[in-house]
Amino acid sequence: MIRTSEDLKRETERTRQARRTGAATQVLVSMGTCGIAAGTQPVLDAIRTTLKERGLEEKVDVVQTGCMGICHSEPCIEVIDRVNGRDFIYGQVTPQQVPALLDVGAEPSKGLQSVPRTWHYPDDGEPSNGRPQARIVLRNSGRIDPERLDDYLEKDGYQALANVLTSMKPDAVTDVVTKSGLRGRGGGGFPTGKKWAFAANVSAPEKFVVCNADEGDPGAFMDRAILESDPHSVLEGMAIAGFAIGSHRGVIYIRAEYPLAVKRLFAAIDQAKRAGLLGKNLFGSGFDFDIEIKYGAGAFVCGEETALIHSVEGYRGEPTIKPPFPAVAGLWKRPTIVNNVETLANVPTIIRRGAAWFRGFGTPNSPGTKVFALAGKVNKVGLAEVPMGMTLRQIIFGIGEGIKNGRNFKAVQTGGPSGGCIREDELDTPIDYDTLRNLGSMMGSGGMIVMDEDDCMVNIAKFFLEFTLDESCGKCTPCRIGNKRLFEMLSKICDGKGSSETLQRLESLSLTIKDTSLCGLGQTSPNPVLATMRKFADEYREHVHDRHCRSGVCTALVRYVINERCVGCMLCARNCPVNCIAGERKKSHVIDEVKCIRCGVCFEKCKFHAIDRA
Amino acid sequence: MGTACCPIAADGVLDRFPEKRAELEAYLASLETGDSPGSNRSYLIQSLHKAQHLYGFLPESVQLHVANRLKLHLAEVYGVISFYSFFTDQPVGRYRICVCTGTACFVKGAGKLMEEFKHHLAIEEGETTGNGMYSLGGLRCVGACSLAPVVVVNDKVYAHVTPTMVPDILSACR
Repeated sequence: MIRTSEDLKRETERTRQARRTGAATQVLVSMGTCGIAAGTQPVLDAIRTTLKERGLEEKVDVVQTGCMGICHSEPCIEVIDRVNGRDFIYGQVTPQQVPALLDVGAEPSKGLQSVPRTWHYPDDGEPSNGRPQARIVLRNSGRIDPERLDDYLEKDGYQALANVLTSMKPDAVTDVVTKSGLRGRGGGGFPTGKKWAFAANVSAPEKFVVCNADEGDPGAFMDRAILESDPHSVLEGMAIAGFAIGSHRGVIYIRAEYPLAVKRLFAAIDQAKRAGLLGKNLFGSGFDFDIEIKYGAGAFVCGEETALIHSVEGYRGEPTIKPPFPAVAGLWKRPTIVNNVETLANVPTIIRRGAAWFRGFGTPNSPGTKVFALAGKVNKVGLAEVPMGMTLRQIIFGIGEGIKNGRNFKAVQTGGPSGGCIREDELDTPIDYDTLRNLGSMMGSGGMIVMDEDDCMVNIAKFFLEFTLDESCGKCTPCRIGNKRLFEMLSKICDGKGSSETLQRLESLSLTIKDTSLCGLGQTSPNPVLATMRKFADEYREHVHDRHCRSGVCTALVRYVINERCVGCMLCARNCPVNCIAGERKKSHVIDEVKCIRCGVCFEKCKFHAIDRA
Repeated sequence: MGTACCPIAADGVLDRFPEKRAELEAYLASLETGDSPGSNRSYLIQSLHKAQHLYGFLPESVQLHVANRLKLHLAEVYGVISFYSFFTDQPVGRYRICVCTGTACFVKGAGKLMEEFKHHLAIEEGETTGNGMYSLGGLRCVGACSLAPVVVVNDKVYAHVTPTMVPDILSACR
């Protein structure tokens, strides 16, 4: 049991000593959701078997970590050779490669794919050396076993909490967070210290700290990665927040789609309780703090704080008008702060290193780093934690290594269904909360979906509308009916039935929905429409006036025609699902446009570029 | 209060599996519930998760049972079930095939996968095959965007799925 800060010091020292005298070689196996789905388990089994065969079980420490952030190369294995001070990261490892991989000291060879490290750890005092990523929130992700409390303690775990409880006043804690300039990482970017101060200043018999782990933005997965890889950092952040505002109860609201994160959170809470790091009289300070887990059940709107609170209470997750703000009357009408996972995971480091250190990263208005989930048509898909103020070009073309299959970049969507798209000519803007808003998009939770020339922007807008349509809770009319009408207009345009009037109405209704909806979901739902209309106006015009979709996505606007390059190989005819291609061997074929369902199979199959898409 | 306030719903699913009922009963008894619906209500969503995990769906008899134990009205329980997309009151197949509908999967061709599954199973989205083997549906983003497009069958995640993999995924279920 850890009852005092001396106990914690002793425990931390014990774990460090164990590391120093322990195995000289560490093999880290990435066991997050992505890793497991990509096939890490058989690799882990092979590692165990090989070590057993070689009699090295005692000499090599196999660590099951969370996400290493290099999702493009899963399954990933990192081999750390402490004797020679070297480490290698291998990607796309197969069980067959394991024996070669375990030849410690060998240079990466024998068909192993080595992954370059594009990140550094400022908290370890590591210089950047040209590595663009600065991992502060992800400082333990992929480096520790999330199910071993000792691993977290070794990395200065719970020291911030001990420090806060034994030597600081609640006001001083809030003050550090305010001075650090930390802003809500869930989307809104509201100053975290300010939020805490509101709740701290209300006197009430009971207050709550709620961690918003309902990562509903499709395409964002940093919160999942943090919870799966370093759950204790979130628990510690919550306890510190609890002390700052005078709350003794924390609730983590997590979506049911993340079973592994739930499992690891439960394990972490249990360990922390048994170690005396959660519960009664923490560090002998008289401060009590407990955390419970509540599940979401698939509702995007529950990312909105008032809706989330109603869901925790067991109601339908419908939002309510603010004020009263949750900081005044939230969960069970008590003062409540709702903070996102990434925000809370920043807190322990801010307390340990101080506000000035944190401000050494990022921009004056958006200090610190942000974890982005890079996905879509980009070569290196994964998590990228970079200082705010980096440009999108550096992220997409630097860390992400450009567009897949040599295609041309078209746009990147940030902020998910509430955000907007950003064009090529805007990629050099240093990004933070404010610059993204000026570009007609928003930070959101940090999802970045990269799109190439094969994506139709009208269709993308329609996709997001379909999502909000499905997720609108139905409480207020503009969102419930307005979005439905927007979706219908977009469908009309994609089907080649739109007119100039449709475009005008699309824009004016979008603006009305933004102005009149009750909560954040409705107020931002037309953003993808407005952003694409403004930035890709010519694509909208082509759909409406020329009945043409340049990406060939909107099937109603596409025609497939066989040109003179056809050699009569019959490949297209054999693959056509509706048998609408006629012609004899070695003679030019013809597509029956009436029967054609415009699936594009012939276009993809033809080896002679003999089919034109018009 | 404390006894059933309505007749047990006619579907009879609750009692058809005594071991499932016993497990649900044990779970509900482990909750710190009292006589106040206000505080019991916060256990509702987790209880429904448990029940759906056991029965695969939430038929009226199960809804009513949960309602009675938590001293809530059936209408309140149904209101919650109909709000959240995770819950269903319709029976589902032994294998729930879910195509991720997240943005990353969408731009990587999830739409074509859905069409392919529909074609192979001869059912529409949200339906179950006549033999009760497969259900087909969309799934909210599972956060495995780096593996897009993904298909989740019960708890197994298939990565980088292409239309040609669809028959193999289906046959792997048997």
